[in-house]
Amino acid sequence: MTTRYSKDHEWVSLEGDIASIGITKHAAEQLGDVVFVELPDGGKSFAQGDDMAVVESVKAASDVYAPISGEIIDSNQVIVDDPAKVNEDPEGAGWFVKIKVSKPEEFDELMDEAAYKDFIA
Amino acid sequence: MRYLPLNPSDRAEMQNVIGIDSIDDLFADVPKEALNPVFDLPNHQSEMAVERALGEMAQKNVSGGQGPFFVGAGAYRHHVPAVVDHIIQRSEFLTSYTPYQPEIAQGTLQYLFEFQTQVAALTGMDVANASMYDGSTACAEAALMARRVTRKNRVVISGGLHPHYASVTRCNSELIGDEVVLTPANIKGDEDLIAMIDDQTSCVIVQNPDVFGHIRDLTPIAEAAHEKGALLIAVFTEAVCLGALQSPGAMGADIVVGEGQSIGNSLNFGGPYVGLFATRQKFIRHMPGRLCGQTKDAEGKRGFVLTLSTREQHIRRDKATSNICTNSGLCALAFTIHMSLLGEKGLRTMAALSHEAACDAADALSALPGVELLNDNFFNEFTLRLPNNAEQVVEDLAGKGVLGGVPGGRLWPEQDDLHNLLLVAATEMTRTEHIRKFVTALREVL
Amino acid sequence: MSMNPQGRPTAPIETDPVKNGPTHTGNKALQIEEKLIFEIGDFHGTGVDFAQPKGLSPRLGGLARKDAIGLPGLSEPQAMRHYVRLSQKNYAIDMGPFPLGSCTMKHNPRLNEKMARLAGFADIHPLQPVSTVQGALELIDILAMWLKEITGMPAVAMSPKAGAHGELCGMMAIKAALKARGEADARRRVLAPESSHGTNPATAAQCGFTVDDIPADKTGRVDIKAFKAMLGPDVAAIMVTNPNTGGLFERDIKEMADLVHEAGGYFYCDGANLNAIMGKVKPGDLGIDAMHINLHKTFSTPHGGGGPGAGPTVLSEALAAYAPVPYVVARGKEFELVEKRSQGAETSFGRMTAFHGQMGMFVRALSFMMSHGIDGLKQAAEDAVLNANYVLARLQAEMSPAFPGFCMHEALFDDAFLKGTGVETIDFAKAMIDEGYHPMTMYFPLIVHGAMLIEPTESESKEELDQFCDALLALAREAKAGKADKFKAAPVLAPRRRLDETAAARKPVLRWMPPAQ
Repeated sequence: MTTRYSKDHEWVSLEGDIASIGITKHAAEQLGDVVFVELPDGGKSFAQGDDMAVVESVKAASDVYAPISGEIIDSNQVIVDDPAKVNEDPEGAGWFVKIKVSKPEEFDELMDEAAYKDFIA
Repeated sequence: MRYLPLNPSDRAEMQNVIGIDSIDDLFADVPKEALNPVFDLPNHQSEMAVERALGEMAQKNVSGGQGPFFVGAGAYRHHVPAVVDHIIQRSEFLTSYTPYQPEIAQGTLQYLFEFQTQVAALTGMDVANASMYDGSTACAEAALMARRVTRKNRVVISGGLHPHYASVTRCNSELIGDEVVLTPANIKGDEDLIAMIDDQTSCVIVQNPDVFGHIRDLTPIAEAAHEKGALLIAVFTEAVCLGALQSPGAMGADIVVGEGQSIGNSLNFGGPYVGLFATRQKFIRHMPGRLCGQTKDAEGKRGFVLTLSTREQHIRRDKATSNICTNSGLCALAFTIHMSLLGEKGLRTMAALSHEAACDAADALSALPGVELLNDNFFNEFTLRLPNNAEQVVEDLAGKGVLGGVPGGRLWPEQDDLHNLLLVAATEMTRTEHIRKFVTALREVL
Repeated sequence: MSMNPQGRPTAPIETDPVKNGPTHTGNKALQIEEKLIFEIGDFHGTGVDFAQPKGLSPRLGGLARKDAIGLPGLSEPQAMRHYVRLSQKNYAIDMGPFPLGSCTMKHNPRLNEKMARLAGFADIHPLQPVSTVQGALELIDILAMWLKEITGMPAVAMSPKAGAHGELCGMMAIKAALKARGEADARRRVLAPESSHGTNPATAAQCGFTVDDIPADKTGRVDIKAFKAMLGPDVAAIMVTNPNTGGLFERDIKEMADLVHEAGGYFYCDGANLNAIMGKVKPGDLGIDAMHINLHKTFSTPHGGGGPGAGPTVLSEALAAYAPVPYVVARGKEFELVEKRSQGAETSFGRMTAFHGQMGMFVRALSFMMSHGIDGLKQAAEDAVLNANYVLARLQAEMSPAFPGFCMHEALFDDAFLKGTGVETIDFAKAMIDEGYHPMTMYFPLIVHGAMLIEPTESESKEELDQFCDALLALAREAKAGKADKFKAAPVLAPRRRLDETAAARKPVLRWMPPAQ
């Protein structure tokens, strides 16, 4: 399983043709305490770059875009019930959705860990 | 000039510190030809002179207290205890700002929390916001909220909704691309609204009691709406009705909006008023307007803050639930103070007295030859059908010192068939001799 | 009678300072803790006496209220104590400077309150026959005249209930004008500076427009080159605040107006900052098509803890035909209220609110205008600008102005002066609370990092300004001296310490609930 990063501060972990997606630690820090997450319904399809979810802190709101195209197969109810998880473990238990990837080549175009570290520096 | 503390020597000293020779140095960015134009306006006046001029204008108006008063249709003349106006004039309420710094605004935040609780309790709903501009804009915002919640775009409006409210709602909803279905004015209160709800409907907007005064059970409409995935928006224009009637929440409404002016606020020729907005728990993130929530401070003490602000314009900007920036602060305070004094017991009494006065007026007026009462039921406002054009009748009544209600022509100017109708309202302030004078005058002018 | 020879101590005895520990009551002298009305009131009582209802059988259609409401009624003394105690937890203009940029927190004259309460204004119903309210219509007409003359515009819509509502009015008029030209579908874009107030893009979106941000240049004003590049045949309008939200006059405003008109669009001006230029400049001379006026900012109607406001909107000749109903027209010595299309309002875009507008605020605003006169309004604008520049000049010593040069009625700082101190804008603001001041506007406009926007208004004396500046300079020095802990802990003296806004948003509690049985 490899993890790559988008310019909009989402991380994507690909295993076979299933990708887990969330927001990066950097993004979570910028937002502050997350208070609310709006996740898409299962079965919905998104193209790369589409509005996919919304994450809110007290003073800010941010769109989360689909970093790669695919169909939602699971949304993380944990972060809906306990938004603090996004701040506690944004790149682990604070995942947003799992999708069935429709265009795997898009994954290769994303930044790897080193490139993302440079990007946010 | 009495409101300007700086004197010439202050100004000179300050200009020195700033490093300028003349005040216009600070207006250097203004295009030269646009700076310091001539204005055709008078110079300053003393307080005495302003009082005299405005007093003369005020004297030209016939105020509600000068004689029998039966005007309603969206604004009502109730008695407000003296202490309400006294409290809202305290500096710390009158001259304070939106509570964005909660540590020094707990006064405002606590009364908003109490206000929200009162509005939710009165409407029979889960939550209420910290007030809107007025009932009509609250109604329009409710339709926009229904669009967000249901993601559908067909708004069905009952023929019993106050025509101003319908107008405002249509104006706002059509702007965003919704289809607005306006049902014709429904004098008898017997329209088949359920038949108008389809799969594309986002909401059904029903006023209860309606503009003609009819009271209806909203439960079947709520059920029909929910079956089709639409929301029921219940509207009231006379907040005191909530002290007498089944609450909209108990009848299945999803959003309740209305005018709160009757409680704590004067007629004020139409504004400022206070819009009430309440809904179910599951919809709170779609609500427009300010919300006050309970929390704790760093020492663990209970306190209050504005919350769920990410819905609002200053954060979401073009994705906000609404462009609203103000609530109706001081009017909401007046409402909550009056409601705190009344309590459930006082409101029920006030409502009972208003209803009884309306019953007396309805009986006395409809006993006149040619005058027909159109209502089987009503709270404190009912509709009479007169043998003549009601606008002329009302004008003639005014000539006799009676403000006898709202003529159909005023609210439905394009509908001739409604021009013989007269909407008559009564409250706990209506006295027997007022009714007597109204009857006498009406007999004379018909 | 001989003099009393027995004196007594009148100076405090020097003792060790009393620790700021808890009292038995939790009160702190004049600061009194106060519960909710639901925790102190009688749910079966009432504080209002009425005559006894006769108990007639009701004609409510069988729909009398069965469910309890569940609200207490307080006696008058209880209510008085409750609200007076609450009031003492609020900061207010009457107490001290309220330097909120873009809010224009000026003094609220009490004559305005007296006039608004005259029975002839307060106790009249909007739907009374027009012949019985001629004085009210006259007042609205006179106020409209003042607003048109001050702004140099030919028409004004009086009915909007707040500034944002006025923005909606202006944008609705623009949309109606575009529709009349058959261009509503072609022109869907609105351009607004990235520094604009959030209501601007929110309003545009509510009208069905998309919004594009115009970048700022390094002087903090609209980047005119970027602006030119963004114009096109799909632009409906631009929305520009002038002076802008950084307190700076947009030098290129006439050019912007000409350009957008050439491109076939309209110019909406956000009039929130009118206080800087009233009596000095007519916005109409700058080429605007519509502008809302915040009566609760520029014309002193009270902020009331968040409202009510009023947002009459002036309109150009091009837009006047689309103005909402109702409006007042003078016909000789009489005044007519135009409510229906057949009265000459065929092209009106419709109605924005029930009834006629915020009459209570009209009376107050006119009282303010008549009191000041045009000479007083001009002096007020000059004093407002002078005060802001005086604050800017004094605070520059320790704080970092966001842009070079003079400002208009408000001074914008960024958080560069706090760099490396560990103190953020919010901490600095909270420390101001302990010093006895309401913080300035924070984190707005968004184009500047950690923005602090200070608008003193003309109501501040030089003494007040000096005390205010002394306090801020002292705080700035303290921050730079490494006292970050003090700032992080602030405020410590206010009725409440910092509140947990995260918890409030995660688990919203928006009403009192009776305790579970």
